[in-house]
Amino acid sequence: MKFWIFRNARFPFLEWRKKAYVFSAVVLSIGVLAMLANVVLIGNWQSYGVDFTGGTRILVELPEGVTEAELREALGGADAPPVSRFGAENEFTIRAPAEEGVAAEVVATRIRDQIAASPAIGEFEVLQTEFVGPTIGAELQQQALLAILISFFATLIYLAFRFEFRFGLASIIATVHDILLTLGFLALFRVEISLPTVAAVLTIIGYSLNDTIVVFDRIRENLNKKGGRRENPLTLINRSINEVLPRTVLTSGTTLAVLLALLILGGAVIRDFTIVLILGVVIGTYSSIFVAAPALLEIQKKFGTKEEAERKKKQRSRKKKKEAIPV
Amino acid sequence: MFSSIRVRIILILAVIGFSGWYLYSNYQQSGSIVKLGLDLQGGMHLVLEVDDPEGLMSLEARSDAIDRSERIIRNRIDELGVEEPIVQKVGQDRLIVELAGVDDEERARELVGQTAMLEWKLVRSVSQVQAALPRIDRAIVATLGADSLRAIGRDIEVSPEESDEVADLLFRTDPDQDPADPEEDPEEAVVDEEAEAALQELEAEADLAAEELALRPFTSLLLTSEGDGEFLLLNEDFALARSFLAMPEVQAVLPREISLQFHWEPVAIGGRLYRALYVLERNPFITGEMLEDASATRDQQFNQAIVQFQLSRAGGRLFGDVTGRHIGDRIAIVLDNEVVSAPVVRSRIGARGQIELGQQDMEEARDLALVLRAGALPAPLRIMEERTVGPSLGQDSIDQGMRAGLIGLVLIVLIMIAYYRFTGVLAVLALSVYVMLVLGGLAALNATLTLPGIAGLILSIGMAVDANVLIFERIREELAEGRAVRTAVDEGFGHALSAIVDANITTLITALILFQFGTGPVRGFAVTLSIGIIASFFTALYVTRSLYLVYLRGKKAQDTLSI
Repeated sequence: MKFWIFRNARFPFLEWRKKAYVFSAVVLSIGVLAMLANVVLIGNWQSYGVDFTGGTRILVELPEGVTEAELREALGGADAPPVSRFGAENEFTIRAPAEEGVAAEVVATRIRDQIAASPAIGEFEVLQTEFVGPTIGAELQQQALLAILISFFATLIYLAFRFEFRFGLASIIATVHDILLTLGFLALFRVEISLPTVAAVLTIIGYSLNDTIVVFDRIRENLNKKGGRRENPLTLINRSINEVLPRTVLTSGTTLAVLLALLILGGAVIRDFTIVLILGVVIGTYSSIFVAAPALLEIQKKFGTKEEAERKKKQRSRKKKKEAIPV
Repeated sequence: MFSSIRVRIILILAVIGFSGWYLYSNYQQSGSIVKLGLDLQGGMHLVLEVDDPEGLMSLEARSDAIDRSERIIRNRIDELGVEEPIVQKVGQDRLIVELAGVDDEERARELVGQTAMLEWKLVRSVSQVQAALPRIDRAIVATLGADSLRAIGRDIEVSPEESDEVADLLFRTDPDQDPADPEEDPEEAVVDEEAEAALQELEAEADLAAEELALRPFTSLLLTSEGDGEFLLLNEDFALARSFLAMPEVQAVLPREISLQFHWEPVAIGGRLYRALYVLERNPFITGEMLEDASATRDQQFNQAIVQFQLSRAGGRLFGDVTGRHIGDRIAIVLDNEVVSAPVVRSRIGARGQIELGQQDMEEARDLALVLRAGALPAPLRIMEERTVGPSLGQDSIDQGMRAGLIGLVLIVLIMIAYYRFTGVLAVLALSVYVMLVLGGLAALNATLTLPGIAGLILSIGMAVDANVLIFERIREELAEGRAVRTAVDEGFGHALSAIVDANITTLITALILFQFGTGPVRGFAVTLSIGIIASFFTALYVTRSLYLVYLRGKKAQDTLSI
């Protein structure tokens, strides 16, 4: 017996594209709404970690049995900085944002004193203290954004060279879609944006591109087969997606299996990171079928293919010549 | 030429061999096959910037200030004994210092944050301290005597039959200990290897000499030097001598106007390393504030390396005054209490002067110029960002992550073999070569593995699996169309090639751009991703193919393929 999932599958993926558009639009809107809500509620469109905002991050180990609520109470009740349980049962992170005109050390000492003064908490240990200057966050963000934009441009050129320009454009559309969807998710669940989360977003870009190119490669191959150019583009693209479907499912499945192992067994430090990656794999697979391929079709419908453009050009020049003769 | 089976196997084995060798040598050096970053190992991370809150300095000036400070800070960190510290200029105006596994944070912060102190001092004659030398020995014996008696019981096994000589040995404190405070925890004072070697030497000598030596813990280390104004001592005695000199009791018996200071680097004479100890005037006659610029050039006429320097007007007057009175004497340039250079004054020097370094290479001249400029740094560096990562925390996360990662790999193996049967086994073999190559690549580039780096690895593992899946699916398709096994394999590889090439190159382009324009974590991601892609490319297209060729060699055309 041989496993061969989705062999000879004939799913009408492109017929479903309108539904996919609606789905993507709805999810994107939810993301944007979440970002807007965050701006109102927490003052920033994402829940930036101290890597970005600057401030003080303190990891404390409290005696067993002390609850998050008690720690929050010790730090000033309603005015307390965000506190979250971290890893082991009795470890907590306290994230104090940067304060205007107050040194980070002062903030750290104040928090330490507050915990020490609390009757509910006895002996405690400070495991880790981080002071981060806010300018680094801003600069790193700009640099990362610049790097991503440049890489888009380079990808566009490479794909235009290896495929056709519309393939490059469609793959960038799909990648941007993936990034936006991921950012929406991060905003919705207020996942702390830290350096590992940034790395995860970068990974999503890589994964999404890889997946899209595999599908596009098959489309290119089928286009270049005899009669491929004359075939209805919708059927051709659909057939191509179905042909690589076994590979898509197997690769995504294997990657997801690894990521699930990391999620379940990898511990608290990499949990957020793994969640973002899992999300990225799902979104990346979805977008290569339901965003990149349809985008290719839409671009072709709207602007025509290279051949059509060339044919028109020829016709036009022929017309011009014809017009020129009577003179 | 790379297509015959034998050549393929040799090439693959060679690549594996190289990776293994790099991993092994890394393991030999640092005890782990790949260097772990701060987030995984724990330690300190400092980001330094020029302290210029009003923004008065231009970007070039700030960039220059960072260049000047890099060497100094690296030199100071060496004192901490941190293995492989990272001191790196990032961008134009920022310096990153990473100290993995450092435990004395306070001291590290102090060392990195302090401003370089540059002084010019007159070198005095050795005769001026001659009288003080016995006093120094006596001060050391008097101070450490009680402690050494207490410690005899502990170190008895080192020299059981000559316990009275152990007292002498005890003065040789462990150089790794804080030399500024040798009295701190004397019970921990371990007799190190050098001391042991020295003991054997001593025992070989006459008893009389040994007895005398016991009373002269410091002066016995000193050797006379050709140049007046300096002693030489063996480089292995340096840490011990420095800790003696740092004792307040010893400082108290030195003549008031004299200070003894070491050269900042060892010097090789006749195959052995020595350190120079200079006899200097205690107070500097000029300090770094008066220095305006320094640069290294080469004198065309005599082919000498030269450092030219420019002093402020007030500094020039002072300098001219002192050098005018001391022609033929030596002047020591002292940075952070260590002598960087001690040239002889040839003539009266005003605001502009030059230091001739003889036939030494330009490297040395550039270094000196850099040091001088650093001492003249107009703005100190400020610690912008500091993180301390508890190593235990790091260890926990590593262990957990490692276990999860291993289970992930096992899952890949199971899925591949369950789905592709024997071909899956080939893929797993190829993937193990891939893992070897990636680790070897990281070791060869001396790259540091961080959490974002692991993200890059995960992506590249995914792509390596994907490349194999692409090929195998293609072979299956070809087989389903009724082609013979050999043709199907060839066609499968051929058709999968374009997808693999384009996907890998696109990702590689992205990784390279991220490396070029990103910093820190983004770079770590880009490095592992790039290595991973190249390794995945090689394994999928070359290693898997070769394994197939070996497997298919004895097969007939009509045989079936387990895929």
